[in-house]
Amino acid sequence: MSATAIPQPKRNRLGLDVLAYRGSKTTLCAGCGHNSVSERIVEVFFELGVQPWNVAKFSGIGCSSKSPAYFLGLSHGFNAVHGRSPAVATGAALANRNVKCMVVTGDGDTASIGIGQYFHLLRRNVPLIYIIEDNGVYGLTKGQFSATAEVGAKHKTGAINTMPKIDCALLAIEMGATLVARTFSGDKRQLAAVLKACVAHNGLSVVDVISPCTTFNDHDGSTKSYAYVKDHAEPLHDIDFVPYFNEIEVEIEEGEVRDIELHDGSLLRLRKLGRDYDPTSRRAAIDLIHSSEAKGEIATGLLYVAPAGPTFVDTLNLTAAPLATLPESVTRPPREALEMVMEELR
Amino acid sequence: MNSGEVFILMSTAAPVEAHAPGGISPSPIVNDFSIHVATVNGSGSQTANNVLMRSIFRMGVPVSGKNVFPSNIQGLPTWFTIRASKEGWIGHKRQVEILVAMNPETAREDVMEMPPGGVVLYDEPLRLSELRSDLTYYSVPFDKILLGVCPDAKLRRLVRNIIYDGVLAHLLGIDLDEMRAALYKQFGPKKKKAADLNWGAIVAGAEWARNNLVKRDGYRIERMTATAGKILLDGNLAAGLGAIFAGCTVFTWYPITPSSSLMEQTIDLLHRLRKDEEGRNTFAVVQAEDELAAIGMVIGAGWAGARAMTATAGPGISLMAEFIGLGYYAEVPAVVVDVQRVGPSTGLPTRTQQCDTLKNAVLSHGDTKHPVLFPGSPMECFTMMSDAFDLAEFAQTPVFVNTDLDLGMNNWMSDPFPYPETPINRGKVLSAEDLERLGGFARYADVDGDGVGYRTIPGTNHPAAGYFTRGSGHNEKAQYSEKPADYKRNVDRLARKWETIRARGLKPEISSRGGNRVGIICYGTSRYAAEESRAQLRDRHGLDTDYCRIRSYPFSVEVDEFIDAHDRVYVIDQNRDAQMLALMKMDYPADRIARLRSVRNYDGVPIDAVTITTAILEGEGR
Repeated sequence: MSATAIPQPKRNRLGLDVLAYRGSKTTLCAGCGHNSVSERIVEVFFELGVQPWNVAKFSGIGCSSKSPAYFLGLSHGFNAVHGRSPAVATGAALANRNVKCMVVTGDGDTASIGIGQYFHLLRRNVPLIYIIEDNGVYGLTKGQFSATAEVGAKHKTGAINTMPKIDCALLAIEMGATLVARTFSGDKRQLAAVLKACVAHNGLSVVDVISPCTTFNDHDGSTKSYAYVKDHAEPLHDIDFVPYFNEIEVEIEEGEVRDIELHDGSLLRLRKLGRDYDPTSRRAAIDLIHSSEAKGEIATGLLYVAPAGPTFVDTLNLTAAPLATLPESVTRPPREALEMVMEELR
Repeated sequence: MNSGEVFILMSTAAPVEAHAPGGISPSPIVNDFSIHVATVNGSGSQTANNVLMRSIFRMGVPVSGKNVFPSNIQGLPTWFTIRASKEGWIGHKRQVEILVAMNPETAREDVMEMPPGGVVLYDEPLRLSELRSDLTYYSVPFDKILLGVCPDAKLRRLVRNIIYDGVLAHLLGIDLDEMRAALYKQFGPKKKKAADLNWGAIVAGAEWARNNLVKRDGYRIERMTATAGKILLDGNLAAGLGAIFAGCTVFTWYPITPSSSLMEQTIDLLHRLRKDEEGRNTFAVVQAEDELAAIGMVIGAGWAGARAMTATAGPGISLMAEFIGLGYYAEVPAVVVDVQRVGPSTGLPTRTQQCDTLKNAVLSHGDTKHPVLFPGSPMECFTMMSDAFDLAEFAQTPVFVNTDLDLGMNNWMSDPFPYPETPINRGKVLSAEDLERLGGFARYADVDGDGVGYRTIPGTNHPAAGYFTRGSGHNEKAQYSEKPADYKRNVDRLARKWETIRARGLKPEISSRGGNRVGIICYGTSRYAAEESRAQLRDRHGLDTDYCRIRSYPFSVEVDEFIDAHDRVYVIDQNRDAQMLALMKMDYPADRIARLRSVRNYDGVPIDAVTITTAILEGEGR
């Protein structure tokens, strides 16, 4: 009789297999950066033991917006209309404050047709994760420049982009998001750490993921190609994420590491990479983005975090239980209340 | 200041200007006339008009108030018409009997529009009595009276108008105690000082009239008991109250006339009626960045299981078109109140029409159709909000509630609203226990044969709860599909669902004696004029008609039967293009359409009985 144990699939703290976090097979192009983002989402939600059927995924229209079908297949998903996922997600987040809401969308959705909704999502600090899969082009309509393409970026056809870009991360910091990161779909480690921070954060997390389009924007002269981003990305720090349910080892070298405690008690451990950077300063974050751009660099990592502060749910003073499932005894005022109003109108 | 200290301006010079045409002694006209008040907006006239109307209401006389106001905050002409009707007709009446002319800019035109024999009460410097000789004039020196009432020059502008309430109280015989009660109710206990100041002005006006005017007209208000127990309110408040008692939890809006006051009044009530034990809100209100976001949040919240609504007007509806199509195809409950105003485009934002009838029924691209409810009174604004939420959640689709500016913003007398006795019905929602028992579900499968599938809401604690909602093609399991057969099966099921909605729709209100050849169909606010017109046709012209008031779209079988039972049916629309008739033409066979005629009114003023009577008499060759 063999003593060899049958290898058990790895399970997370909820006892769930990673398969419970996967979605349907991707239909995006081979090598598309968006697929890497989907893979990281699966990995991060599995590792942190987020219950998949307590997650709601939202998207707009476009290649990126197809991707919620390719991860967290046991979650509720809502593929809304172009540029308007912020409103749909806001409505759902208010209807059920206990559900983890996540928007995965693109640069067309966010920086063009939906920029109005994006701004108002930011200023409300709606507690949800907002991921922009940013490739600088409209992939699903075959490669037109988007509003995040840099001036001088070269199109596959040779055309040069002449319009200045909109920096979604910069706007997010300026307008009220309470966790903002920029990362690269090719940097698995950093992307995963950033996503973990988003899961732990209570408030609006915005992640601008530069996610190259292999079909329409991965050539020489593109400023969103794999090669270009690898050459120009400048990580601000090494990020380690220590979940609240793990023991924290105290082993900090003075001046080299900065710990930031997130809402759920998890720690973000930022290990300095050559420069001092304080991600809790909004002004420093804005300066950094401008100075990096002037140097032709793309600063990546956690740009800004304000771990505390009222979210939209707090501002609206919502009752503790989800609005969606409040019983009639709570949502329909009593008979005397109606009689009181009637009397006032006599 | 209290009333005892009011300085009364005594007249020393007689006689006072008060002319009556021809010196004929007027015969009394009691509780059956309209008072038309012409002022400048932003001058405190709203308070004066509401107090005047409520005083008559408190005298037990059926009354209605209509405000014709400009799209402007201060300085443009505004008119308020109060109709007292002992018969209880509270619809619009074009002819007015008493004019209060306070606006120099419009005074001349206002006087010229009066019917012969009318009464004009005017601000002395306007010298209107020279314009026509067939009217009775009362000249009132408002500024002189005001000097004695309001020592603070800064406040004078705000209490000047209410002086005419006092003058009219004397002329018409309105009990000053009732006026006082109406005034203090209007201001509430927190604004007692302002109320005191206004009361002083009313008393001064009444005293001046008593001492200086000789009554030369026959119009009088006499006490009745027809308003006992009744309430007076606008339809926007009624609809907001309806939503609150329907258990709505997510309210979104973007300010737009004439729907803003719906949400503003709702917010006030929510904070009084819907707090939990810790003082936290059992509701969320979001003033959105635009109507696209407002409806997007409603769709998101409705999808996530909350009762959610927005209120808007025509331009907002146009912006919502894309989301409404998503709601229809992805099958998400939503309630949209459309307080209709005059279009197209910006149109006349402060005037009334029923011009979104057709648009709302078929809003968005592709084959879409939506249930529409048509409240015809404040009472129905209240009850139909529960109907709308129940239908939206049962049928998992957006539902429109079409009111209009006339119903939404004007004051209406109503019986008090009954407490909703029917339990809130959340529709076909599967719980974790259901899923455990069933082992899973197919979101868009027609399990019950009524075209309505079962849904789950996010947060349902079961691994089989999740599904993917999308506006793109999908199969029964909510999976992406571009297969022709999947698409057709899905939209054919939606057509079956439409028939379920038809069967569950609100029945029309029908008044039929049988044997009449002529029928009248109306909906919404046209009912007031239509009911009065039926009485005119019967009493003055010997024409008996049957009556059908449509309360929801799609049309129920009772509407079909009503049309088929009559030779000619006049369909009343408050829009140019006969939109209700157009909907009927879309839905009905040719032989039924052939019976239909159109009566329309679309100048922005509420339809009146005479317009309908005239059109029907003409149609009948009389």
